Amino acid sequence: MAKITFITKNDQTIIAEGNSGNVMELAVQNKVTGIDGDCGGVCSCATCHVHVSPDDWDKVGAPSELESDMLEFDENVSEYSRLSCQINVTDDIDGIVLNVAK
Amino acid sequence: MSSTTSDKVCIVIGASHAGVNFAFALRREGWEGKIKLFDSDPVLPYHKPPLSKSYLSANDSSQIDYLFPESNYETDDISLSLGVKVIDIDKESKAITLEDGTEQTYDILVLAVGARPFMPPISGITSASNLYPMRTIEHAIQIGNAVRDSEGRRVVIIGGGYIGLETAASLKSIGVHVVILEREARVLARITSPEMSHFFTDLHQENGVEVLTNKNVISIEKSNDTNIIHCDDSTSYTADVIVVGVGIRVNVELAEMAGLQIENGINVDVTAKTSRDDIYAIGDCTYHYNQHYDRYTRLESVQNAVDQAKIAAAAICGKEVAYNAIPWFWSDQYDIKLQMVGLSQGYNEAIERVEGDNDQCRSVWYFRDDELLAVDAVNNAKAYVLGGRFIKGRQKIDKNKLKDTSIPIKPTSFL
Repeated sequence: MAKITFITKNDQTIIAEGNSGNVMELAVQNKVTGIDGDCGGVCSCATCHVHVSPDDWDKVGAPSELESDMLEFDENVSEYSRLSCQINVTDDIDGIVLNVAK
Repeated sequence: MSSTTSDKVCIVIGASHAGVNFAFALRREGWEGKIKLFDSDPVLPYHKPPLSKSYLSANDSSQIDYLFPESNYETDDISLSLGVKVIDIDKESKAITLEDGTEQTYDILVLAVGARPFMPPISGITSASNLYPMRTIEHAIQIGNAVRDSEGRRVVIIGGGYIGLETAASLKSIGVHVVILEREARVLARITSPEMSHFFTDLHQENGVEVLTNKNVISIEKSNDTNIIHCDDSTSYTADVIVVGVGIRVNVELAEMAGLQIENGINVDVTAKTSRDDIYAIGDCTYHYNQHYDRYTRLESVQNAVDQAKIAAAAICGKEVAYNAIPWFWSDQYDIKLQMVGLSQGYNEAIERVEGDNDQCRSVWYFRDDELLAVDAVNNAKAYVLGGRFIKGRQKIDKNKLKDTSIPIKPTSFL
């Protein structure tokens, strides 16, 4: 079981728990504003962009090449950017904090 | 807002990407009245794009990508009536009629009725064995089961559009013999450039799919459990299973009953409102104005469905909004991700880039004179993202720099 904290652009904090699927799906289930996942989680639309808390970056890890290319020229990119559909919900990411990018 | 909508009813006909996203967006925008969704599809609303992609090649047909979990409909108090067909709209009494004869009244009606597969008038098509279109989960399951149950595992796909090509790739990946019969001289003929058609033809042939063009199917002859497909050039092909992907027809019948204005789809304004103030339409069924391209268009896409849904919800809740989106699309075939942004119709120059020595990382940039209209990117998300930004900002592009593949794709590379 992983507990994940989402902080939206209007500073709403939503804590969600899950043990399967990906982080975008968990966010959609928990109505996290700013995470839409329009493409269903195939790294095609970038509507699930989050900034990982720097302290949690090692838990989450770096993006794949495709994901990195999707993010590189995004207007809201940071060095801690990830597309949440590409992060699996596992025990390894328990306790992470994610800031929604838009 | 709350005092005005709490006793009102919004009925949504169609619970796919547009209808479902609309319902949740309407609640988010502050609608306090009832929201009732109806769809003839009995399955909890699901993502449709994976059907011809990962779903068809997966082993487990129970793994459905639902749009939202069932509990979200409950917590947002959205009533979901699935497997229920709406057969009439009475615009005067503001009521819809279900197929069991019951009526439901509305204050606001939203048509998210989508489209259905077009079945061409080919002799023998209705009596053919194991012949299916590909639009709903039922179709995907039927195709999967029919292929597994067939002895020969020979599939013929009529139509080389995106649905046909994706279905071919998915079936090929599970070891099925696949032939594509395309009526035009190239696949994707009406929707993309010769450059892209050529790339995808090669891709499929390299993966063992027979891609045959200029094949006009004139009849299908059933022979025991298989079919013989005859073309007008006197060739014929044997198929255990036939998939038909030759386009769609918009479901306009309900809109016609309501007396709405219809051209190439249901006409809507920039707030997704139809020719009647109390009826909106969203998604694949709409003929809508695109501000960027300054023309009316109809789009079959998740992007348009979701974006129009949000606009309609905001407009109904009294916000001043106007639909203004650059369309985007994607397709996954084998290990290729195609991402498209913009609308290329009307282009008079296409510039193709192949990045370095990677033949599978490429992009086609469509211009009308100096204006960038659209970008098709193959395994090239940078071209897709930057292309979208350039289009939106009407960025002037130096075509000579764009043609020079020694210059990498970066925000200032082609200025």
